[in-house]
Amino acid sequence: MAEMRYREALREALREELIRDDRVFLMGEDIGAYGGSYAVTTGLLEEFGPERVRDTPIAESGIIGAGIGAAMGGMRPMVELMTINFSFLALDQIVNSAAKLYYMSHGQINVPMVVRMASGGGSQLAATHSHSLEGMYAHFPGLKVVCPSNPADAKGLLKRAFRDENTVIFIEHTSLYGIKGEVPDDPDFIIEFGKANVVREGTDVTLIGYSGSVWQASRAATMLEEQEGISAEVIDLRTLSPLDIETVIRSVKKTNRAVIVEDDWKFGGFGGELSAQIMERAFDWLDAPVARVSGKDVPLPYNRNLEFAALPSEEDVVEAVLAML
Amino acid sequence: MDISKETLFDLHHRMVRIRIFEEEAGKLMESAKIPGALHLYVGEEAVAAGVMCNLSDQDQITSTHRGHGHLVAKGGDFKKMYAELYGRSTGYCGGKGGSMHISDMDLGMLGANGIVAGGPPIAMGAAFANKYKGNGNVAVAFFGDGASNEGAFHEAANMAATWKLPLVLCCENNGYGEFTPQANHQAIKDVADRAVGYGMPGVVCDGMDAVAVYEAAHEAVARARRGEGPTLLECKTYRFFDHVGIRGIGLSYRSDDEVMEWKKRDAIQAIEKRMIEVGVATAEELAAVHDRVKIEAAEAIAFGEASPWPDESTLLKDVYNND
Repeated sequence: MAEMRYREALREALREELIRDDRVFLMGEDIGAYGGSYAVTTGLLEEFGPERVRDTPIAESGIIGAGIGAAMGGMRPMVELMTINFSFLALDQIVNSAAKLYYMSHGQINVPMVVRMASGGGSQLAATHSHSLEGMYAHFPGLKVVCPSNPADAKGLLKRAFRDENTVIFIEHTSLYGIKGEVPDDPDFIIEFGKANVVREGTDVTLIGYSGSVWQASRAATMLEEQEGISAEVIDLRTLSPLDIETVIRSVKKTNRAVIVEDDWKFGGFGGELSAQIMERAFDWLDAPVARVSGKDVPLPYNRNLEFAALPSEEDVVEAVLAML
Repeated sequence: MDISKETLFDLHHRMVRIRIFEEEAGKLMESAKIPGALHLYVGEEAVAAGVMCNLSDQDQITSTHRGHGHLVAKGGDFKKMYAELYGRSTGYCGGKGGSMHISDMDLGMLGANGIVAGGPPIAMGAAFANKYKGNGNVAVAFFGDGASNEGAFHEAANMAATWKLPLVLCCENNGYGEFTPQANHQAIKDVADRAVGYGMPGVVCDGMDAVAVYEAAHEAVARARRGEGPTLLECKTYRFFDHVGIRGIGLSYRSDDEVMEWKKRDAIQAIEKRMIEVGVATAEELAAVHDRVKIEAAEAIAFGEASPWPDESTLLKDVYNND
């Protein structure tokens, strides 16, 4: 084990995969000479050269299309869209080709591609630069959606993504790149998809988060215990597609209450899907309606105070728990 | 360039296969035997045939919503194609893809594409993989004049030129973006003019002349194989039928006179006239090609019609490839 930051854990995963498999190459906006907007790929161009770590024009549809075509040609591309916000410009390629080709072609065409992008608000970058679209991508059949909340998961899930035969949308939260954690050194360390992580055990309420919102849930659990004597279980979904609903249901049947925490808009969001599945599978165990603590349904404002008010906080989570007890 | 007798017969055979496949498919659609919307390639045969005569099965192509002709010209199996149009389990895509999404990876046919300009970025990626592997293969993206206005085309062209990828961007300029005439959707007459903006050669050729397309594509493909980068090859052609279906005249957006003028330049009639004039074929030999292909089509249609529907248990299969 070594202590490293989330961005370093991602870099380690990329390094190890570039070494392990010569079909792997990295392609994206400013990932080479500049080292990546969030400094994930720093040093990889020097180590692996421009054939395998390739800067691209700012052309999201072209970048994703290049990844799809290269994957069809037998490569294992990792393409990076600087942020998830820019992925709207590539949605046709992602949704109509990457997600559907295996099905439409009757299993002839594989698109084993990893698409990395940074997600989330909180940096005063305002409405076009602060999206949380994990749930939107999980909506599309054919895509896998991965959103690690800590350095060890970042490495283990990214390495797993390179071993998948499908397109994996790998979403990193901008607020997490600097956090530190223990990360296994083992080059074979991977974390399977569809295995939620029980971050903290508890008995009174289940708090469910993914990506950045795991941290609001965890801080809320600490506050609930210290201030109210309430025991909260915290679940990190890790992957939205595939979804480990079993772990969620097991927990809800134990605690009888569930609060879903996510940065995304509430209306039509992933929390609504999760809430429905809990209702379908654990209705008789619920002592209160499932609660959702989500981003407000507005384009994210620039002002510090309004942006803060629009995003879910640990205080919001505590409030939601107290309201259901 | 000297065109061999074999090449002339090859071009002719590919074009006749396209024509007959499409005419028969159109009849099946009109008689409601097959569902959906067919965008037929009749009139444009010289383009697919002329380009494909330069490619091996290892060279890749991406196609369009008007894609039957590309797969036929690349050697597509009529049986699997008609079965796909019928939506049967024996089709290329098990009946799940349909007319606009046929692919055949064994022939390097990376897929028809229901989205205008969906293909060029993918072909560019395939070309990237070819260059990365150094395998000498070339990718060709087929697209129309309408697609040349899409951002995805522009992105693919720019990246291919920047990286000198082994790609041919083959514009089938049939004068209409769906129902809108070219003059109403772009200010240029030659899509090839755009090549200058990408730093690649732009070539215009007569897309009603299979030999002209063959020669122009030969140079573009050779250039790509030499590692000198992409070419924008524009083939001026015409859609004898409507955007969808087999009706060709009496349409609100183009004149019957225009259709008749283009039909005088029918690429199959033109190559047959040439082959007879230069003495490499007799009218009887050429008629026999049509007859053989008609039999091939009839057998394939019967196969498609008799094939089973996919079992409903396969509905959820192949959403993911679970390794």
